Amino acid sequence: MVVRRRPALRKAKMISLLSKPWPWYVSGPAIAGIMAVLLFFGKSFGFSKNLSNICSMLGLGKQISYFNFNWKKQLWNIWFLVGSVIGGYIAVHYLQSSEAIKLSSATIADLQKLNIPFDGHLEPEAIFNWNYLHTGRGLFIFLGGGFLIGFGTRYAGGCTSGHAISGLSNLQLPSLIAVIGFFIGGLFTTHLLFPYIFK
Amino acid sequence: MRAIFRAFKYIIIGILFGIIMTKSEAVSWYRIQEMFRFQSIFMYGIIGSAVILGIILVAIIKEYRLKDFYGRPIYLGEKDKRWKRYLIGGSIFGMGWALTGACPGPIFVLLGQGYTVMFITIAGALAGTTFYGLLRDRLPQ
Repeated sequence: MVVRRRPALRKAKMISLLSKPWPWYVSGPAIAGIMAVLLFFGKSFGFSKNLSNICSMLGLGKQISYFNFNWKKQLWNIWFLVGSVIGGYIAVHYLQSSEAIKLSSATIADLQKLNIPFDGHLEPEAIFNWNYLHTGRGLFIFLGGGFLIGFGTRYAGGCTSGHAISGLSNLQLPSLIAVIGFFIGGLFTTHLLFPYIFK
Repeated sequence: MRAIFRAFKYIIIGILFGIIMTKSEAVSWYRIQEMFRFQSIFMYGIIGSAVILGIILVAIIKEYRLKDFYGRPIYLGEKDKRWKRYLIGGSIFGMGWALTGACPGPIFVLLGQGYTVMFITIAGALAGTTFYGLLRDRLPQ
């Protein structure tokens, strides 16, 4: 006799499978899938464009010509942004894994030297909180870091999604140059600035 | 009604993006540190497999001149060929990426996860964007 699994049980199994940490060879293709779906709807995957969209929505186009465009044509991207916030909420509330992330032991040791504890969460809880923001270091990381992200991505005309994923997929040399830039900045900050910032 | 459907569609795709970014751990500050220290294949595997699949996808779209959902040819933007802005702008973004452990997408995903301190990073990013808008004509492109 064939035993049919109840749909509810199947759903529960599905959720428990999704809740496990995903290996990179699942995540990478899934990200390419997002790009594919957006292309299918005639849109191009580029998240940092939203920073300009928000500035344009706030009416900055009147003073600064760079923001003087019809942001309503980019409304889809704003909805995508809204979805990404909801997605973050859903992922941690319903698809949360109880396992600690499997960070390399070399990274854990390096961060230890900088007095940054590894707590197994996605973000170091000792840093990602409002109390830490009240330290000069915290303000520099979150406000200064944000400023560099906004300025840099708009100057480079794209971020990880626009250049590293969309641009490289389309074999764009400028995107390769941008990605090399991402690493110049990231390596410089990690290896040369972090010892000063966190000491 | 059609406007609502259209918005709904992109919200759903955005939700999937938020879930994928969280479950992939690409939003993790720790993982970005691991990447910039070359101590694991993890982030390189994610970006590399996404790009390899993307290259195949784009090649198929171009070869068969595929059309989108609305029947228009799928257009993939060409980036203009000036290189200074990509190198300088990219390096500036890279610094912010290492500091916050987040690129523009993950900033918003982390906000949804409950890290409300990301409001400060969003404020910073909007300030940086505005500053670029002001300076644009005076920067090397």
